[in-house]
Amino acid sequence: MTESSTTMNMPPLGGAEPLIDPHAHFHTPLTNRGDWARYNASRLDVGERIGIRCHVASILGSWGATSPTYFASPDDQTRANDFMLDLADQHADRVRAYVAVNPNFTAHALAEIERGMARGAVGIKLAAARRTTDFALLDEIGAAAAHFGVPVLQHIWQHRRREWPNQEASDGVELARLAVRHPTVTFLLAHIGGGGDWAHTNPAVVDVPNIVMDFSGSGIDRGMIDEALRWVGAQRLLWACDLTLCTGLTKLRALAYAGASPNDIADMRWRNAVRIFPRGTFDASLERPLEAA
Amino acid sequence: MSEMASVTSPARVDTCAWIGGYPFRDVPHPDPDVLVRVLEREGFTGAWVGHLPGAFHRDPVPANRSLYTALAPHRAVLAPAPIVRPDWPKWEQTLRNAVDEGAPAIRAYPTLWGLGAEHLAMAELALACGEAGVALHLTVRFEDVRQRHPLDTAGDLTAAHVRRLARLPGLRANIVVAGAGREFIEETHWGLTPEEQQRVFYDWHWVWGPPEDHFAHLVRTVGAERFAWASWWPLRLTQQAQALVDLLPRGPLEDHARSFAHGGTIAPPR
Repeated sequence: MTESSTTMNMPPLGGAEPLIDPHAHFHTPLTNRGDWARYNASRLDVGERIGIRCHVASILGSWGATSPTYFASPDDQTRANDFMLDLADQHADRVRAYVAVNPNFTAHALAEIERGMARGAVGIKLAAARRTTDFALLDEIGAAAAHFGVPVLQHIWQHRRREWPNQEASDGVELARLAVRHPTVTFLLAHIGGGGDWAHTNPAVVDVPNIVMDFSGSGIDRGMIDEALRWVGAQRLLWACDLTLCTGLTKLRALAYAGASPNDIADMRWRNAVRIFPRGTFDASLERPLEAA
Repeated sequence: MSEMASVTSPARVDTCAWIGGYPFRDVPHPDPDVLVRVLEREGFTGAWVGHLPGAFHRDPVPANRSLYTALAPHRAVLAPAPIVRPDWPKWEQTLRNAVDEGAPAIRAYPTLWGLGAEHLAMAELALACGEAGVALHLTVRFEDVRQRHPLDTAGDLTAAHVRRLARLPGLRANIVVAGAGREFIEETHWGLTPEEQQRVFYDWHWVWGPPEDHFAHLVRTVGAERFAWASWWPLRLTQQAQALVDLLPRGPLEDHARSFAHGGTIAPPR
């Protein structure tokens, strides 16, 4: 445990009701930051303090050390997936793994998905290495998700009006075009607080029911949660953190003031995650006590 | 939310709130009576309140009039932080009016007015704030750069702006910087002498907590006493400041949280 070890008899900062973070990341020794172990420990430790029962997580290649974060080389991504799957094994009741793939390397991506699912992965993480409208490549990933019955977490730039460096991002309109081609797959549209104009995303996906959205990202604009609730409803929204647990806690505490009922909040905290991931994914997590919480 | 644990804090005055709309997106009910209720809910005993649309006007005087009028029924809780534009004729009168209205701080937006870090008008304003006994409040940004409207092109306040003002010989005013991230704060703080450092306060709404833990790092290195409570209402979720404090590592840093500054300590009531 780090300096921030939990203290006995303190209720979780995020409340006692179950909480699942379906958009988390970890690092490996092969990334370009020397504090990778501290970072991982901080996420797990603070997760306990907030009350997160399970982190559904991925690792994006080497995070830029030996290939770009969103354009990970096949070798980097394989090593990252190995580390992620090992981490999920080590923390079986509080960490579950996505298989992250770069769709430009279709055969490798499909092999990684098959390998990951065999090792207990519960979803597919698509980084921004190819526009989601590039169906020739993305359709095969969608078909694999349908085959294995897992959701696809897609990195999204809210209202992408231009190219942004170091990624080939898609926005809500573009993800919707992919999602309608794979109606049996749930697409988790990443981080409406993670950059770009979140107001654009709500109308872009409202008519595509197999797209759900997560609240993660550093953005904490007032009105963001309220508008998402009005447009798509609580059953298509998932609380999540991504890179910033602090804004996650903030948004968690704000849910009740954004027009969400207790039932809505339970959906966003954990019940929607239980619904979209494979059956039994969170059984152990929901039964375990929080460490020293 | 009552069932969520939170580190309890002493009475504190919010250093960064506004009333009024924002030109580039809707913000829910940005009205003073709502702000009063939110402050009480979030544990603030008062707030320095600016006029949000006025930040984007050329002449700040009508916005200040609107601010004084809107806050009048709530003055026990809401203190005006009007705008003083130092390259505008009669700005000294605007500052005197602010003092007469009991403002603990005035707000300036040099980048929105095209004033660079070396512009003499900002130096004159900072020195005049010291003479008048009000804090000078500066805003780094209103929104994340990744979402800005195509018309929103002024750019962020720079650390150079703040260093330039904090280094003014004879400066007596406190400077409060809203919306700075870790790099901005470190570039400013470590670019000042120990005496100059004491003139500058930062809110922590835009500083990252775990797992990066930038906030904990800054509290350890820059010192808790340099950080000031702020709600950022109505633009951002007001819960962020408390969430970052609650997520500080348990142990010694929690004790530091008692040393955070707030409006009541930076500019005590006259």
